[in-house]
Amino acid sequence: MLLALVISGFVLAPVAPMLQRALPHRAGYIVALLPLAIAVMLGLMSAGVVNAGIVTDTEGGFSIVSTAPWVAGLGVDLAFRLDGLGLLMAMLVSGIGALIFVYAAGYLHGHKHLGRLYAFLLMFMASMLGVVLADNLILLFVFWELTSVSSYLLIGFDHSQEKSRKSALQALLVTGLGGLGILAAAIMLGDVAGTFTISELVLHRDTIRGHALFPAIVVLMLFGACTKSAQFPFHFWLPNAMAAPTPVSAYLHSSTMVKAGVYLIARLSPVLGGAAIWNDALTWIGATTMVVGAWMAFRQRIMKPLLAYSTVSALGTLVMALGVGTTKAVEAAMVFLLAHAFYKGTLFMAAGAIDHETGEKDVSKLSGLRGSMPILFIATAAAALSMAGLPPFVGFVAKELMLKGLIPDATRGTGSAALTTMLVLSSALGVVVAVRFGIRPFLGDLKPTPTEPHEPPRSMLLGPVMLASLGLLAVVLPGFVALPLVGPAASAVLHATAKPDMALWHGVNAALLLSVVVIVAGAALFAIQSGVLRVIEPIASRLDRLGPARVYDGTLWAVLTFSRAQTRALQSGSLRQYIFFTIGTAVIAIGGALAVNQGFSSVPGLSDVRNYEIGLFALLLVGAGYVGVAKNRLAAIAGLGLVGYGIALAFVLFGAPDLALTQLCIETLMVVLMVLVFYMLPDFRSISNNSQRFRDLFAALSLGAVMFFLVLIAGQSTPDLAVTTFYGERSVPDAYGRNVVNVILVDFRALDTLGEITVLVVAAVGVYALLKSTPKRAKHIAGLKEGSE
Amino acid sequence: MNLQLLLAILVGGLFAAGIYLILRRSIVKLIIGLALISHGANLLIFASGRVVRASAPLVAEGQTSLRPPHADPLPQALILTAIVISFGVLAFMMVLVSRAYRALGTDDTDELRETDS
Repeated sequence: MLLALVISGFVLAPVAPMLQRALPHRAGYIVALLPLAIAVMLGLMSAGVVNAGIVTDTEGGFSIVSTAPWVAGLGVDLAFRLDGLGLLMAMLVSGIGALIFVYAAGYLHGHKHLGRLYAFLLMFMASMLGVVLADNLILLFVFWELTSVSSYLLIGFDHSQEKSRKSALQALLVTGLGGLGILAAAIMLGDVAGTFTISELVLHRDTIRGHALFPAIVVLMLFGACTKSAQFPFHFWLPNAMAAPTPVSAYLHSSTMVKAGVYLIARLSPVLGGAAIWNDALTWIGATTMVVGAWMAFRQRIMKPLLAYSTVSALGTLVMALGVGTTKAVEAAMVFLLAHAFYKGTLFMAAGAIDHETGEKDVSKLSGLRGSMPILFIATAAAALSMAGLPPFVGFVAKELMLKGLIPDATRGTGSAALTTMLVLSSALGVVVAVRFGIRPFLGDLKPTPTEPHEPPRSMLLGPVMLASLGLLAVVLPGFVALPLVGPAASAVLHATAKPDMALWHGVNAALLLSVVVIVAGAALFAIQSGVLRVIEPIASRLDRLGPARVYDGTLWAVLTFSRAQTRALQSGSLRQYIFFTIGTAVIAIGGALAVNQGFSSVPGLSDVRNYEIGLFALLLVGAGYVGVAKNRLAAIAGLGLVGYGIALAFVLFGAPDLALTQLCIETLMVVLMVLVFYMLPDFRSISNNSQRFRDLFAALSLGAVMFFLVLIAGQSTPDLAVTTFYGERSVPDAYGRNVVNVILVDFRALDTLGEITVLVVAAVGVYALLKSTPKRAKHIAGLKEGSE
Repeated sequence: MNLQLLLAILVGGLFAAGIYLILRRSIVKLIIGLALISHGANLLIFASGRVVRASAPLVAEGQTSLRPPHADPLPQALILTAIVISFGVLAFMMVLVSRAYRALGTDDTDELRETDS
């Protein structure tokens, strides 16, 4: 059942472009039915309405498991598991997904590649559902990489723009590198725990925690999660990813994909959490990201980068809360995750709508839009107030819970005061950003914009209005909208019963007072923001150039330069150089392996060598040497013929008459062919000088020596005669043939022989084609020669 | 003296002569070198089975299976294929070289660097 839900997106994806072509005005709405159906299905399953094998845990959580075999030998199954955390994420993915398809239908109405966008979005949605529902580490990794790939396609959707392509590649490289970290960590984790099944890992918690690889696992997992969730210092790809069309930004880069890292951290918290390295790293990475993101957002005036940096800040807050890891902090994180998805989804869609209807991206140039787009104003303002943390919106509740999880008390460490300060600071900056983007452009006098502002179409209003309303309903009707999602989610992370308190009023307490401080400070900062920015901007923009993006650019440059140099060195176009590389590798690899693994004492084999055998071998050796130094081509061909016939004779002596016959025929053909062809070619020339000859001789003798030892050592080993015995016994009964060599070729391995014949036919066709066609240049040269004579 | 040692010397010699020739700049020598190397490779396969002075792997009349002593049929089957294939490759190579010579007007591999003719 869960498998079907995940796969459905992949199935529909290739159909979407055709659907768009058939029904250009309705396709988006039809495609939106799939995520809607998935959301409804998930809801019904988790509520137990649809019988899906629900298991209620003792901790008050629940889980639904569905497993199908995949790569059983490696312990990799198509194992899916729906629990509280998976449900929260999957509901966001499918629910917001449905709204995004409708929004995209309006935003990119008439775009010639809209169908392609639907296909990519469906691929992404399915991959993301796979990430949050997979119960197998390797399966999770596969879906994780699929989200990176679909994100790459979506960011680069406008592929005629260089910036889009560059940003897409940047996002892919950064998150893909993180994905490799996750793969490495997953393999180690599976190795240590003996299972890749995520829900079973917690049973092996102590083994994992005590293992020598534990720090490596933690570091690599966090690396993967931090690149995906744009944590400092890997945050730089997210603002650049805003090159994607706005529906994509609203979907992937605010509410779903960037939360995959947060999801992974939450998912593994029961297993890896509790260790100082895990919690401290997460807490401080998250807190740094939170402040850096808020600070960068404060400096932006262009809508989408502003929202992107504020998303970075929010992701930092989530990571920090999971790092703190107490019951209150985790509950706060889950509520905040939901609240952020609601308000940030709204704000992104609003940004797209404002840009779409006014042609202006700079918030400082927008003013007085409330009259021309009243519905969008109300939705955007509600989301902005939620983001600023004002009651009665869910953002307020989330911030209160977050503060309560951090404010220092007797049980908390010395760091909590610093964390609280950082949260208050970044929240105050967040208030400025929220008001600057979500409220200010609608108030005041109307400023002229590139196009006449008017209310966006209904398709583009549905998403913002729905999500903004949910941000209010989550508080008004918590038992209906929020608690069924965040409660089980927090329980799943904590492995203990959790029930976040979502009430608005708890009397006057420290958290409330700090909330007031945040809002007052934010309001004050908003009033003086232009002055502040004027002072700091010259210094800050100079600091930006030292940022992590520079490290990325430098690394990319270094890798490209290195590959170019390496390609130039290795792929020089000189045949002789290639041969030297090949010989060198063979000598080192084979010779090294022989030297390390084999010593040989006695030379094996028949010791009663007869005189005529020595004579034959000596003749062959002299022949080979003669071919090597022959001064003209006819002598060389004669020497080669001598070697060929000599080898045929050796085959006769050592029980291989079939080989001898074949060798004789082929050798005769070869000599005839060589004489014919070489007649058309110039005679041997002495081109090389003596030092080159010496160098070549050295290379030739090195490989000759390696081959010499290889044959000696090969003779020392006892051959496994199982195959020989099989053919010897089965030839007559199975194939009715007495010549075992022939039977092998034409019967047991007949298909190989057919392949061999095919090779000959291809060679013959090639020879024919080359002989028939006459190149233009040859005619030209021939003409020149005739002219000169 | 023994047989394996003789074979080893011969295989080493064939490879050395072949490699020396394919390192020459004259493209005709390249082909002859390749022919020598394929002889060497065939003997290498032959030597990696047991080389015996014994009868061919033929099932005698009235018997249903091979009776020792007999030569190993398995390397023989492999070499038989290899001989034929290397003939095909060399034949193609010879024609290609003569065609390249006609097209480019040089037999020096160092001058065969451009693909346009």
